[in-house]
Amino acid sequence: MSKNIEAKDLNIYYGSFRAVEGVNMSIKKKTVTALIGPSGCGKSTFLRSINRMHEVIAGAYVEGKLELDGQDLYGAGMDPVIVRRQIGMVFQRPNPFPTMSIYDNVIAGMKLNNKRASRKEFDETVERSLRGANLWNEVKDRLDKPGSGLSGGQQQRLCIARAIAVQPDVLLMDEPCSALDPISTLAIEDLINELKNDYTIVIVTHNMQQAARVSDYTGFFNIEGTGKPGKLVEMDETKTIFSQPTQKATEDYVSGRFG
Amino acid sequence: MTTTEVTPTPRTARPVTQLGDRVFAGSAKGAGILILVVLAGVAAFLLTEAFPALVAPASELPGEHNLAVYIWPLLFGTLLSALIALVIATPLAICVALFISHYAPRRIAQGLGYLVDLLAAVPSIVYGLWGVGVLAPASVGLMTWLNDYLGWIPLFAGPVSATGRTMLVAGLVLAVMILPIITAVAREVFLQAPRLHEEAALALGATRWEMIKMAVLPFGRSGLISGAMLGLGRALGETMAVAIVLSVSGVVTFNLVSSGNPSSIAANIALQFPEASGLGVNVLIASGLVLFLVTLAVNMLARYIVNRRSEFSGAN
Repeated sequence: MSKNIEAKDLNIYYGSFRAVEGVNMSIKKKTVTALIGPSGCGKSTFLRSINRMHEVIAGAYVEGKLELDGQDLYGAGMDPVIVRRQIGMVFQRPNPFPTMSIYDNVIAGMKLNNKRASRKEFDETVERSLRGANLWNEVKDRLDKPGSGLSGGQQQRLCIARAIAVQPDVLLMDEPCSALDPISTLAIEDLINELKNDYTIVIVTHNMQQAARVSDYTGFFNIEGTGKPGKLVEMDETKTIFSQPTQKATEDYVSGRFG
Repeated sequence: MTTTEVTPTPRTARPVTQLGDRVFAGSAKGAGILILVVLAGVAAFLLTEAFPALVAPASELPGEHNLAVYIWPLLFGTLLSALIALVIATPLAICVALFISHYAPRRIAQGLGYLVDLLAAVPSIVYGLWGVGVLAPASVGLMTWLNDYLGWIPLFAGPVSATGRTMLVAGLVLAVMILPIITAVAREVFLQAPRLHEEAALALGATRWEMIKMAVLPFGRSGLISGAMLGLGRALGETMAVAIVLSVSGVVTFNLVSSGNPSSIAANIALQFPEASGLGVNVLIASGLVLFLVTLAVNMLARYIVNRRSEFSGAN
């Protein structure tokens, strides 16, 4: 199920602008890796490059290598659609499809991958995914209602259920709690702890306490100034990053001296 | 703890509003009322002028038959030509709009958008002349082919008109005429599809077309229906193009390629009005009343379809 991610000298460009420079990073399977850093430092761009979602912006491309268990994600003939079917993503703002019911939202990805599943398989997937996202008990009686009628936190868990319904190898989360209240945030963080038993999780967060709570490894990104590319300053076990980082910039950031 | 005196505000006090706000509220209300007044005026005119024809015995009417017998072929021709136009124009408009909003490079998309808008600026008489002068003769070959190979479908039963002034050509001309309005509306709603939902679909591993099916088309559904209904309204009321293109015999037939066709209400009024007198005028206005009611019904139906699934529209 879950797989390792290996970035080697990865540069990410938007047209002629180099947004991220020289990232070398190993992400181990079945761990939670948090990416922290000030705004504009390229951590979200790096995250989105893992499932090639940054290519949604015209002119975006990468140099270097990004491998998923040795499979080159940017190799010749590699279709971004195939990459995204293996690497799920949860966004900053909850985005269930408003025109679909809760049930249809969960199986949306499955319908893309495997159009000929039986009703029973769909039912099982919906229950498994919603249980996996700790949402089943709250919505089991209204699966035919629109997903947009749920609260923000429930919607975000629905999006997680939708992402894990296709059993991806990796789950990317781009500030998944930044639009949520503390209670919903706690629910998502508990969920992340459970999900790491099955998935490799990479999470971008602005909340350093959250990074400390949920992650096993933390990577700190920084930027020297506007117009300069973002860089991975250092990456280590989370407790090391927060207690004895090797770089001055990391220490300043995690101790709240800037950013 | 001190208790503060609460001065009771008189219940009749009006909320404080700025002058500009009042002026705007007043003019908006005025505009709304004006629409109702104009609509009521038109309806009243139609009713009073149509009334003599509605109550007159069949023997006094021109042609000496029942009013319904007179109007029915016209209504049928109106609906059939508008339906053909809608069936042809809507899928085409959706494709053009999707190309402009999601496929074409930005610069081409803009140019194409202007071109489509330009189609809307061509006067309908020009479309009519183009239809009868160019499209009708040019389409005889196509209609002969349809008749030869698909003649077993009643729509193409023939015999094929030698001039090409058929219901099919009239529908095609109407389709070209309503294409810009449907395309413009569709393009706007497609462009408004939330990026958030498009990305959600892409992140699930959707191809671009699957993303459009999941996130763009459902979002634009009500807008598409509105656009199609605007187009249908224009096709129902279109006068000159149909009057010029169609060769009329007053029969009720689904045969789209023959020279015997029902006219449409609006075209019939335009052609008959100059020579009509007495009750004849009232009969024509009665047919106009029918067109008015049909258009109203079409719009209400569209509104109903749009509202039926508003819970899933994404507006909440």
